[in-house]
Amino acid sequence: MLKRVHFPTSVLPYLLVAPQIIITLIFFIWPASQAVYQSFLIEDAFGLSTEFVWFENFEILFEDSQYLETFWRTIIFSAAVAVLSMGSALILAAFADRVVRGATTYRTLMIWPYAVAPVLAGALWVFMFNPTLGIFPYILEFIGIDWNHYLNGSQAMMLVIFAAAWKQIAYNFLFYLAAMQSIPRSLIEAAAIDGAGPVRRFWDHIFPLISPTTFFLLVINAVYAFFDTFGIIHAVTQGGPANSTTILVYKVFNDGFVGLDLGGSAAQSVILMILVIAMTVVQFRYVERKVEY
Amino acid sequence: MASISLKDLVKTYGDVEVLHHVEGEIQDGELIVIVGPSGCGKSTLLRMVAGLETVTSGEISIGDKVVNKLEPADRDIAMVFQNYALYPHMSVRENMAYGLKIRKISKNEIDRRVKEAAEILEIGAYLDRKPRQLSGGQRQRVAMGRAIVRNPQVFLFDEPLSNLDAKLRVQMRLEIRKLQQRLGVTSIYVTHDQVEAMTLGDRLMVLNGGYVEQFGTPIELYDRPATVFVAGFIGSPSMNFLPATAQDGTVALGNGAVLAGGAQASGQITLGVRPEHLVQDDAGAIRIIVQMVEQLGANTLVHGVLEDSETEFVASVPGHVTAEAGTLMSFSAAAEDLHVFDATSGKRIEA
Amino acid sequence: MVENRRILGIVSHIVLILGVIMVALPIWITFVASTHDAVRMTQAPIPMLPGTHFFENFKQTLFGAGLSGSEGAPVWRMLLNSLAMALMIAFGKIAISLLSAFAIVYFKFPFRMGFFWMIFITLMLPVEVRILPTFEVVANLGMLNSYWGLSIPLIASATATFMFRQVFLTIPDEMLESARIDGAGPLRFFWDILIPLSRTNIAALFVILFIYGWNQYLWPLLITTDTDMTTIVMSIKQMLEAAEQSPQWNIIMMTALLAMIPPVFVVVGMQRLFVQGLTETDK
Repeated sequence: MLKRVHFPTSVLPYLLVAPQIIITLIFFIWPASQAVYQSFLIEDAFGLSTEFVWFENFEILFEDSQYLETFWRTIIFSAAVAVLSMGSALILAAFADRVVRGATTYRTLMIWPYAVAPVLAGALWVFMFNPTLGIFPYILEFIGIDWNHYLNGSQAMMLVIFAAAWKQIAYNFLFYLAAMQSIPRSLIEAAAIDGAGPVRRFWDHIFPLISPTTFFLLVINAVYAFFDTFGIIHAVTQGGPANSTTILVYKVFNDGFVGLDLGGSAAQSVILMILVIAMTVVQFRYVERKVEY
Repeated sequence: MASISLKDLVKTYGDVEVLHHVEGEIQDGELIVIVGPSGCGKSTLLRMVAGLETVTSGEISIGDKVVNKLEPADRDIAMVFQNYALYPHMSVRENMAYGLKIRKISKNEIDRRVKEAAEILEIGAYLDRKPRQLSGGQRQRVAMGRAIVRNPQVFLFDEPLSNLDAKLRVQMRLEIRKLQQRLGVTSIYVTHDQVEAMTLGDRLMVLNGGYVEQFGTPIELYDRPATVFVAGFIGSPSMNFLPATAQDGTVALGNGAVLAGGAQASGQITLGVRPEHLVQDDAGAIRIIVQMVEQLGANTLVHGVLEDSETEFVASVPGHVTAEAGTLMSFSAAAEDLHVFDATSGKRIEA
Repeated sequence: MVENRRILGIVSHIVLILGVIMVALPIWITFVASTHDAVRMTQAPIPMLPGTHFFENFKQTLFGAGLSGSEGAPVWRMLLNSLAMALMIAFGKIAISLLSAFAIVYFKFPFRMGFFWMIFITLMLPVEVRILPTFEVVANLGMLNSYWGLSIPLIASATATFMFRQVFLTIPDEMLESARIDGAGPLRFFWDILIPLSRTNIAALFVILFIYGWNQYLWPLLITTDTDMTTIVMSIKQMLEAAEQSPQWNIIMMTALLAMIPPVFVVVGMQRLFVQGLTETDK
């Protein structure tokens, strides 16, 4: 929206937006359109000639069972990370909200992981779960579980899920706590006088009233799981063993930079682009809804 | 049957004591108003009765039961909050039914009670709306409806009218009063507005800085205020106070004027006289240099200073009166309209 | 405060302390690992209590050639690279977003909305969906292996612009009117009034962007082949690979610790600002 009071037209505004627009054009719009264009091409092995093939790259992708598996895997991965991360954050925030003294101290102690790079988080977790040296495999041995995520695909998946969820708990916790603290105290007191115990109060009142936050976090966590987790995968499993932890964003990287399949990788990029756009639109649409008091 | 008994209540937060030995007995069916300036502890006291604050020492009893250790839900009370605290995600009907649902009251009974309360409060048309679709006054009534359906022993009101505009406030306080009398439920009502207090309460408890200044009927507080604070708090425009000396049944003002009264007092006192009790009298002992005159139609407020001093004075004179700034006006007051307070403690000295 | 049930209060604290332990455990283990010597770190299980080699490891990591077996740059060099990148991204993003938001909110000019939407689109194009083509562009411009290449492609995204736009929209019109009466032109207004009023937002955003910049992984990985330009976050992965051959976990973990400390420090130190910035930017 334009302010009612504003400066008249001149050259100045163009100069002011220029830096951002120029960079946007060069490094965002142009490459994105290149990706779209390339997704319609197939290159031969030597990069000597290219052929325009319309949607053939996309068709190949959707017929490729590996790609579809990766797609499905990414969805499961996102769901697991979101549920684990948001669930833990919700519980922690609910208790932190109750605590009269020390809520801020707990908050300080819990936001560290936000500052940790995903790849570092991956490195830390892989260290803790190192089959020979790690502390957790050591403990798990006592209950008869043999941990080796280098060999076991589902264990590898669990490991990356833990690492990814661990990192996000801080972020979700902050938002949940802020939402809970913005509920007027008198509402909760009224419910208490009406006879509702703490558990009832949480489910009947607190949870419904923070539903906009829940929705918002779902989208944010989905975007996080789809894109920001590249570092974790790269550090921990490199997509293995046997592709069991390859998610969409990792596949784009792998196929493009390592496999040098430019057309296929570009097509995958385009699909990811569409997914992000969809998620962003959903986020903007629903952020408008607010609960009124 | 629910009387309320407050015995020697003390409340401290950390090292700070905010309520000092508050005492009071409230009869079944009475509407008691706790009134005082901001920060005097009245909301704290109410919340202690509700169970939302702990009692540092002392006893609160509802009916004949000591309730100090009881959770709010177990005290059989209902509360109307300043900002109504309606559940925004539930309809009006659900808001009212919520407390009953938790207590596992039968659906038929719930419906019956909700209908009854809705009729009394005239909110039947809104039962299926959400709070955000209602005006302030309507929300207020829903909040009261929520309290009524519970049939509690005690109603607690925490400044329920503060968020309404002036006209609505006057209308609503009448409705609250009528409702309370009709239902006959013992009620404690907190407000900072002394007019609201005077019109609503069977008896008023005036709190100041955590101390109970006086606990009595409105007229008692008006006619015989127990302290300087109560005297200045009740009545508008507020009472005039002058430093004076009492001796042998007369009161000598700073400027030498002498009045009859203050029989039991001697030594330094604070003399109080209400603006409406001053009678224009050319021979009167109270001589004022006029500064300003406010015409209100039915009466006139004369603002000035006492001659030969800097003490400010307000007199309320019937009818239209004009006076130039700087002129002298004299007043007298009947002995029984003079209030004598100890100069140091502020406590009333009986004539 | 509603209930007096002691049990609930105690349970709350227990749950929260468990939460803190869960959250802090990996970092604790890292710290512990960085305080032992290499030999101890090859024995299972890894220790849970700190050792005595902290400063030794610290010196060795910071000034040594990193890990034997990996050809990384010295760690201090990598820290410098990370710092440069983070600061350039943070300052760069804040600067151009302020300018753009100012233009879009306070000026009426043709294509204004066009520019707005163009900037909006960048929200939907994280680097991960355009890595290959962006790499090509950067390569063509000769910006590989440089600080510019590390930061410029990342500074144009829209979140900061949108936040500043929000902030500017809430500033009363009267500010501009009285500034004009006082004789201030647009740039003066921007510099003397708008920026000071946005101080807390700028600070909050700085925290978030610094962390964002410091923790970049995929992008630096792609465009730096020169070992001198490695960032410390990147190097961790390389060290993990080297760990297969010659596990020097104490060095690796010390490096990880060094990689974590600046952003953690910034977050914890500026916690209030950071939380405010987060809850206001992402909406």
